[in-house]
Amino acid sequence: MTDFWSGWIIILTSTQLIAALWILLGNRKKPEAEIKTTGHKYDGLEELDTPLPTWWVYMFVSTIVWSVGYLLLYPGMGNYQGLLGWTSTGQYDVRVAKAEDQYRAMRDRYLAMPIEEIAFEPKVRKMGRRLFGNNCAQCHGSDAYGAHGFPNLADDDWLYGGTPEAIKATLIHGRQAAMPAWQTILGDSGIKETTQYVLSLNARDADARDAAKGAQHFQTYCVACHGPEGKGNQLMGAPNLTNGIWLYGGTADQIAHTLRNGRNGKMPAFSETLTEDKIHILTAWVYGLSRSSSQATTAANF
Amino acid sequence: MNSQHDDVIAVDAVVPAEVSELDKQQRREKIYTRAIEGHFQRLRLYTGWPLLLGYFLLPWLMYGNRQAVLFDLPARKFHIFSLTFWPQDLVLLAFILIIAAFTLFAVTAIWGRLWCGYTCPQTVWTAIFMYIEQRFEGSRSQRIKLDQESMSWKKLRRKTLKHSGWALVAAFTGITFISYFVPIRQLLPDLLSLTANTSAASFALLFSVATYLNAGYLREKVCTDMCPYARFQSVMFDKNTLVVTYDTKRGEPRGSRKRFATKEAHQGDCVDCELCVQVCPTGIDIRAGLQYECIGCALCIDACDSIMEKMGSPKGLVSYTSENALTGNEITGLPPKTLGYIAALAVMVTLFSFSLVNRSLIELSVSRDRGQLYLPAPAGLIDNVYELHLTNRSDQAKVFLIEVDGIEGASILGDAAVTVPGGELLELGIRLRADPNRLTRSGTPILFRAVSISNQTVYAEAESRFIRPTL
Repeated sequence: MTDFWSGWIIILTSTQLIAALWILLGNRKKPEAEIKTTGHKYDGLEELDTPLPTWWVYMFVSTIVWSVGYLLLYPGMGNYQGLLGWTSTGQYDVRVAKAEDQYRAMRDRYLAMPIEEIAFEPKVRKMGRRLFGNNCAQCHGSDAYGAHGFPNLADDDWLYGGTPEAIKATLIHGRQAAMPAWQTILGDSGIKETTQYVLSLNARDADARDAAKGAQHFQTYCVACHGPEGKGNQLMGAPNLTNGIWLYGGTADQIAHTLRNGRNGKMPAFSETLTEDKIHILTAWVYGLSRSSSQATTAANF
Repeated sequence: MNSQHDDVIAVDAVVPAEVSELDKQQRREKIYTRAIEGHFQRLRLYTGWPLLLGYFLLPWLMYGNRQAVLFDLPARKFHIFSLTFWPQDLVLLAFILIIAAFTLFAVTAIWGRLWCGYTCPQTVWTAIFMYIEQRFEGSRSQRIKLDQESMSWKKLRRKTLKHSGWALVAAFTGITFISYFVPIRQLLPDLLSLTANTSAASFALLFSVATYLNAGYLREKVCTDMCPYARFQSVMFDKNTLVVTYDTKRGEPRGSRKRFATKEAHQGDCVDCELCVQVCPTGIDIRAGLQYECIGCALCIDACDSIMEKMGSPKGLVSYTSENALTGNEITGLPPKTLGYIAALAVMVTLFSFSLVNRSLIELSVSRDRGQLYLPAPAGLIDNVYELHLTNRSDQAKVFLIEVDGIEGASILGDAAVTVPGGELLELGIRLRADPNRLTRSGTPILFRAVSISNQTVYAEAESRFIRPTL
């Protein structure tokens, strides 16, 4: 608030209070005073101008006294912060801390247990689903089946490994994919030939001559990460190219696009956002997902 | 009545009916009520006890392993025997309040202030407190005398006993009230061992203190100055409404006379004993006509009848009657306004019963994932992702099958059968796959349905849309 508005509010508030007090005391009649009528008369009924009962007047006065105390303690006068230093965000933080305290004991108990043991615990599934809904579903979808560029978490195909440790590491540190762009190195024909080879790895229709040339490119450039058979390498997050699961689409055009421009998928780190106990529960939930429905369709990742 | 006054009933020099409204605003005197027995007092006793017992004993009743009537605010669930109400059922509460209001209107239009005189907690607790007062401080005249005396051991003992009695009743009332919100089998031991949670204990204390002040001191001031119902009851009244009325024609001119003495020609039946004023809990003189302070408790009827009996005159000088009956214009049947109240009441009761019986114990809501409009799937198909919230408000776990309607050949990916534990909400991600070429619109309405596997008639529906790319 600028000084002008701060001053404006201070003047408004104090004027109001003083005016209220003035109206109250200035118009007050002594209870002993003679009772007059206001002059209003309807159907023979007269309106009396009876003074306020004393206790009633004191109730008004006490509200004004209260307001002075309130304005001293709490931020009500413009930019003045109040003696108590109360803020709405501070109050929110206190409530959040209280809620955290309430559930910490339960989460700590789960934190001390191995992922495999708690993955199917109903309470963990419920908490994990909530955490997933709040933090992960935006990209991976409410059903965790993923989307274009965001892997399916419900199948048993893993870019960086599906062990509890690997999933937890992914959550804590995040992941940064680094598929380089090969356009300048392979050129148009090289991209086309490599694409045909990748198609042939999946036993799909491919130009045999191009695929053979592509195989040479593959053994030169791609083998380091995707391995000699194209099975991928979870240590580097290099996907398996032979199982028909495609993070960025599996048509020839889409594969060529990936080869030409590279891919830099990013999973954010959650160590800042979520506490360790929450990450533990979320890991258990994700881990349980692929175990409970191992037959889950490979949804968008074709 | 004191025995020495049995023969002559003295005329008081002051006629209370002359006290104007304004004087009462200025100085209000403490009302000392005289105890009276009679037909209507007994009636109050017989109607009051069941209600009181109900109030105090209901929290002790168990249903299964929980308190039968419990308003569990932290869990946002109201339990009334086998029924459990959720916040979604709030409309039922509104219905109950409307029903209560119209019942009050209809009853008031026909029988006057029946509620005020017999069942209002203010009246009932005031009566309990007055009874305690009488037990320890004696009759009306004894109490007046006691209050005028200077402090003595006798006075101290009597006052202490009275206040202890009041405090005990108030504490039980307050604790019982809180036990409708906090289970009493846990609350009472906790309170006695001083380990109850602070908010439950302070609310119990608040209600106890309020009961103590209300029934001990405020009493009739609540009815005359604070109660809104007391002030708008005249709207419901008509000339057929039963009110406590003094038969002026029969009673006037009033005057004292000897017991069984033959009345002189000019004398009315009223012997001006003022008993009707002395028993009145709101301190009015019913002979001044219908007043807003009259709560219709009929104590003055009992008082007057007892005197009339002694005087050998017929009872009913003060009686429950209507203006029309008194003037001989009695009509049969109910006036239109009363019929209107009853009709409104009947409509509301019907609506309430219908909503209660047809209240769904399961609820489904669907929201589309906003991350992607649609997702490409193999073979030219497309996917939409939804989040389903399925609530099972019954107390047993139920297995539901999720179905979808509105798109031919649409299929749900993954497991469509889900188990929802009793009293819980299940959040469920669902992926729907369809052929975009079979969709005529870019956003096709679809209907999700969760059907109970054990009983096909138990289901909940929710609508959403399936989005396809522009073809």
